[in-house]
Amino acid sequence: MKEKLILVGNGMAGVRTLEEVLKLAPDHYDITVYGEEPYGNYNRIMLSHLLAGEKTVDDIIINDEQWYSDNGINLHKGKAITKIDRRNRKVVCADGSSDSYERLLLATGSQPFMIPVPGNDLPGVIGFRDIHDVNSMLEAAKKKKHAVIIGGGLLGLEAANGLMQQGMSVTVVHLLDTLMERQLDASAATMLKRSLEERGLHFLMAAETEAIIGDQHVEKVRFKDGTEIYADLVVMAVGIRPNISLAQTAGIHCERGIVVSDTLQTYDPRIYAVGECVQHRGLTYGLVAPLFEMSRVCANHLAHLGIRRYEGSVTSTKLKVTGIDLFSAGNFEGDENTEELVFRDEAQGIYRKLVVRDNRIQGAVMYGDTIDGSWYFDLLRDETDISDFRKTILFGQGHLGDSGHGDDNRVAAMSDSAEICGCNGVSKGDIVKAINEKKLFTLDDVRAHTKASSSCGSCTGLVESLLALTVGGDYSVAPHLKPLCACTDYSHDDIRGAIAKNELKSVRKVLDFLEWKTPDGCGKCRPALNYYLVCAWPGEYKDDYQSRFINERVHANIQKDGSYSIVPRIWGGDTTPAQLKSLAQIAEKYEVPTVHITGGQRIDLLGIAKSVLPAIWGDLSKAGFVSGHAYGKAVRTVKTCVGSDWCRFGTQNSTKMGIDLEKLTWGSWTPHKFKLAVSGCPRNCAEATIKDFGVVAVDSGWELHVGGNGGVKVRATDFLCHVDSAEAVLEYCAAFLQLYRERAHYLERTAPWIERVGLSFIKDEMVDNAEGRQTLAQRFYASQKFAQVDPWAERAEGLDKHEFTPLKKVG
Amino acid sequence: MQAVPGLEDQDTQWIDVGSLKDIPSLGARVVKSAKGDIAIFRTADDEVFALRDRCPHRGGPLSQGIVHGKRVACPMHDWKIHLDSGEAVAPDEGCTTRFPVRLEGDRILLSLIPNKKCTHK
Ligand code: SRM
Ligand SMILES: Cc1cc2nc3c(=O)[nH]c(=O)nc-3n(C[C@H](O)[C@H](O)[C@H](O)COP(=O)(O)OP(=O)(O)OC[C@H]3O[C@@H](n4cnc5c(N)ncnc54)[C@H](O)[C@@H]3O)c2cc1C
Ligand code: SF4
Ligand code: FES
Repeated sequence: MKEKLILVGNGMAGVRTLEEVLKLAPDHYDITVYGEEPYGNYNRIMLSHLLAGEKTVDDIIINDEQWYSDNGINLHKGKAITKIDRRNRKVVCADGSSDSYERLLLATGSQPFMIPVPGNDLPGVIGFRDIHDVNSMLEAAKKKKHAVIIGGGLLGLEAANGLMQQGMSVTVVHLLDTLMERQLDASAATMLKRSLEERGLHFLMAAETEAIIGDQHVEKVRFKDGTEIYADLVVMAVGIRPNISLAQTAGIHCERGIVVSDTLQTYDPRIYAVGECVQHRGLTYGLVAPLFEMSRVCANHLAHLGIRRYEGSVTSTKLKVTGIDLFSAGNFEGDENTEELVFRDEAQGIYRKLVVRDNRIQGAVMYGDTIDGSWYFDLLRDETDISDFRKTILFGQGHLGDSGHGDDNRVAAMSDSAEICGCNGVSKGDIVKAINEKKLFTLDDVRAHTKASSSCGSCTGLVESLLALTVGGDYSVAPHLKPLCACTDYSHDDIRGAIAKNELKSVRKVLDFLEWKTPDGCGKCRPALNYYLVCAWPGEYKDDYQSRFINERVHANIQKDGSYSIVPRIWGGDTTPAQLKSLAQIAEKYEVPTVHITGGQRIDLLGIAKSVLPAIWGDLSKAGFVSGHAYGKAVRTVKTCVGSDWCRFGTQNSTKMGIDLEKLTWGSWTPHKFKLAVSGCPRNCAEATIKDFGVVAVDSGWELHVGGNGGVKVRATDFLCHVDSAEAVLEYCAAFLQLYRERAHYLERTAPWIERVGLSFIKDEMVDNAEGRQTLAQRFYASQKFAQVDPWAERAEGLDKHEFTPLKKVG
Repeated sequence: MQAVPGLEDQDTQWIDVGSLKDIPSLGARVVKSAKGDIAIFRTADDEVFALRDRCPHRGGPLSQGIVHGKRVACPMHDWKIHLDSGEAVAPDEGCTTRFPVRLEGDRILLSLIPNKKCTHK
C-alpha cells in the first residue's frame, strides 16, 4: 500500500519537492495537492516579465495539469486548506471537505506585507505576488495613469519597471535614501537610481507613507511631511510575511516562519515544511535557490533515503530589469573586521565591490557588468583564499587567453546563432530553446539536455546568464559541498576520507560502504573512485580496468574512426638518429597512415587498428621505447629546450634536467593530466610557465613554477620558489606531484586546483615545511615503484589479450 | 539463463560465440560479422546484451565504453545507451539495433537476425 502524502500549497517549493520525490521514489506515495490559486504550478519569478509584457501566462507555467495526471497526482486547484487536524491526521478545506494523510507537506509561501496605514484596504491597493495581482495591474494600466510603488527593493523596482513598460507614469516611494538597501551598497544604489531615472521612473526617497486616500477607490497617497501625490494604483512591495497561520492554529511551533529542523521536519515529525513559509536556524528565505535546496533535502527524507541535511544557504540576487545588470551576494556591507576591494568606472557605468575577510570573500556587489558574478559567488561559497590573485580579482575571470569564444561575453546582446559552448558546438538559440521547451531550471538540467558547459566548463558563466535571462532569477543553488556525481551525495573529499579511514580497497567496497544510489556507479564516478584507490593504496590496490576510460584501459587514444594513436615517450624531447630510424621502420612496417610531430615534442603514430596495438608495442619495446601516456590522466610530457649545452643564453643544462624529471615522474597516475617543462633561461623557449610544473633555469639555480595551463583557459604559472640544486628540483617536483595527487579532485587540473586551495596552502605544505616536503616526496617515490612498469611491454607479452582480439568472427 | 523478449521464434539460428568468462564483468567484447561489428556486453550480475557496435550519435564504438547498471557510456561524446532497448538515455534521442543473445550455462548464444528494427537511425 502506498503511503498518502498531502501537499498544501501548489507553489514553487512544494511542487519542486514532489518532482524530487517522484525521481527518488516514484511509487512510494499516493499524492494529493491542494492549492489556493486556480492554476497549475507556475514560475512566480517570471511575474515580473509577465507584467512587463515579455512573457505570457502559458510561458510561465512549469507543470500543467497534464503533468499532475501523468504522475498520478490528485490536484485540487482553487481550494484552500483552512485547518489541520493533527490527531486524526486530516486536513480540512474551506468548503468543509476533508482528506487524510500519512505525511503532510506544508509549502504555503508568503504574502505581501501591507503597511498598516489608513486606507491600505481601498480598492486599487494591491501587493505583487501572484497572477491575480499582475492581472489587476495590467487592467489598471489600460485605463489609468498614475502608479505608486511603495518600496524600492527588488520586487518594487521590477513592478515599477513593468508598469512603466505598460505605459503608466510610475513613482517609487522608498523609506530610506538608497534603493535596494538589502542588496546594494550606496554607490551601486546611486548608479541604479540614475539609470532608472533615465528610463523614466520617478523616485521619492526618504518618504514615509502616512495614509492612502480615496473615496471608493485609491486617489492619493499622503506622506508624513504633508505632501500628497496622485495615485490610481498603489502597489505595496515593502516585504513579505510567511504564511504560518494554518500551521500555527494546528499547534505547530512557529516563530517568524514554521520552525523546521535540518531535515525540514516541523515539530510534528509527520509534517514537513519547505519554502518561504519556513524558518530554519533562525532564518527565512525569499529566493528560489535556497528553497530548491530545501526541496531536495526534504524529498530525500520523504523518500526514506535520509542522507542529506539542509544546513542553510548563502544567497545571491540579480535584478530582472532588462538592460540593467546588477548582482549582489552575501555580506556586501561589511563590518569592522572586513576590507573592501572596489572598482568603479563611472563613464562605463561599471561598479564592483568585494567584501573580504582574511582573504576570503564575504560578499559582492556588482553593477553594470555582472558576468563574473557566478565566479565570485563560487569563491565565496568555497571560501577560497584569494590572496594569490587579489591584485587582479576585480578584473574578473575572463582571461585574455580564453580560446574559442573571444570576448563576446554579453549574452543578452548575442545573436541566437552565437556559439556559447565551443566544446560542444551549442549556440545561444539551442540553449534558449531547450530551456523554454523542456522547462529547464538548473545548470545541471541545461548540461544534460544540451551538453553546453558540460565539457571544459569555461562557458558556465554564460550558460548561467542565459538561464537567468530566460527563466529569470538566479538559479545557482548553493550546496556547501558538491556531490561527486548524481550516484551519490558525498563530495570528493568525503569519499577520499572514507577510503582512507575505513581502508576501502576496491571500487565495489566504496560503492557498498557509501551506499551508492546506482548499482555500479557511472562513467563519471567509477574512474574517479579507481583513481582515488590507486593513489591511496599503491601496490596493494588491484587496478579496476573496467572503471577506466577506454584510452586508459587500452593505453592508446581512441580516434574518431575507432582506430587508435600511440605516442611513445621521447625523454625530455631529445632523440637520436637511431631512435628515429627505428620509429620510421616500425611506422613503415605497420603502414601507419599518419606520423605527426606533436605539440608535446614527440611523435604520434595515428590510425592504428586496435588488434595491431600489441604487436606494434612489441616492436617499439624492443627498440627501447615505452608508453608516453598521451592517453592518460597521468604524467604526460616533459618539454625542454636545448639549454646550456648549445644555446648562447643557456644558464643550466635544461635538457638533462628535463630527462631526469621525466625518468622520475613517468608512469604516475594523476587527477588530471600533468605536464612539465624545463627552460634553460628566462627566455623560456620550452613554455615552462604554462605547465603544471615548470622549471626555469637562472644563473643562481632554478626557479620553480606551478599551476600553469595551456588549453581552453590559459593560465600562467604561479612562482613557487627558487632552489639552488638539481636535487632540490627533483625533490620539490616529487612533493608537488604527490600533494596534487592526494589533494586535488579527480579531473581537476593543477590550475583550477591552485585557484581553489590557494598558492599559500601549497607553500605551507611543501616550501616552508621541509619535513612535510620530504614525506610527500617519499610517498611519491614509494608509489612510483609500482607505477613505473611499461604498460605497452606488458600488453605486448599478452596481458589483457581480450581487449585486443574479437570474441569471435562469424558469418 | 535469461529470457530475452521476443525470442520464442523457433527459427532463430543460435551461434555459440564464446563463454561468459571471456568477457570481463562490466565489460564488452566484439563479435565480427558480415553485418558489421556486434558488441556483447556483460553486466555486474552476469546478464548479457548484444547491440550493433555503433553509437546512434555519431557511430562511436559502444563496445569500448564504460558499462554501468544496464547502460553503456559511449567513449566518443558520452551518450548513455540502454543495453536492453538500444535506446539512448534521455535527454539524448536515438537507438541502435539489438540482437538476440542468451546464455546456456556459461556459453553465449547470439543470433544475427536483429530484434525489431530501430525506428531511429
Ligand atoms: C597529439 C596532440 C596534438 C598534436 O598533434 O600536437 C594532442 C592531442 C589531443 N589533445 Fe592535447 N594534444 C597535444 C598537445 C597539447 C598541448 C601542448 C602541450 O602539451 O605542450 C596542450 C596545451 C597545454 C596544456 O595541456 O595545458 C593540449 C591541450 C589539450 C586540452 C586542454 C587541456 C586543458 O586543461 O584545458 C585537451 C582537452 C582535455 O584534456 O580535456 C586536450 C586533448 C587532446 C586529445 C586527447 C583529445 C581527445 O580527447 O581525443 C587529443 C588526442 C589526440 C590523439 O589521439 O593522439 N589537449 N594538448 C598533442 C600531444 C602531445 C604529446 O606529445 O603528448
Ligand atoms: C514578482 C516576483 C519576482 C520574484 N523574483 C525572484 C527572483 O528573481 N529570484 C528568486 O530567487 N526569487 C524571486 N521571487 C521569489 C520566489 O518567487 C519565491 O521565493 C518562491 O516562489 C516561493 O516559493 P514557495 O513555494 O515557498 O511559495 P509560493 O510559490 O508562493 O507558493 C505557495 C502557494 O501556496 C498557496 N497557499 C498558501 N496557503 C495555502 C492554503 N492554506 N491552502 C492551499 N494553498 C495555499 C499559495 O496560493 C501559493 O500558490 C520573486 C517573487 C515575486 C512575487
Ligand atoms: S588535437 Fe587538440 S586542438 Fe586538435 S582537434 Fe584534437 S583536441 Fe582540438
Ligand atoms: S558517437 Fe557516441 S556519443 Fe557521440
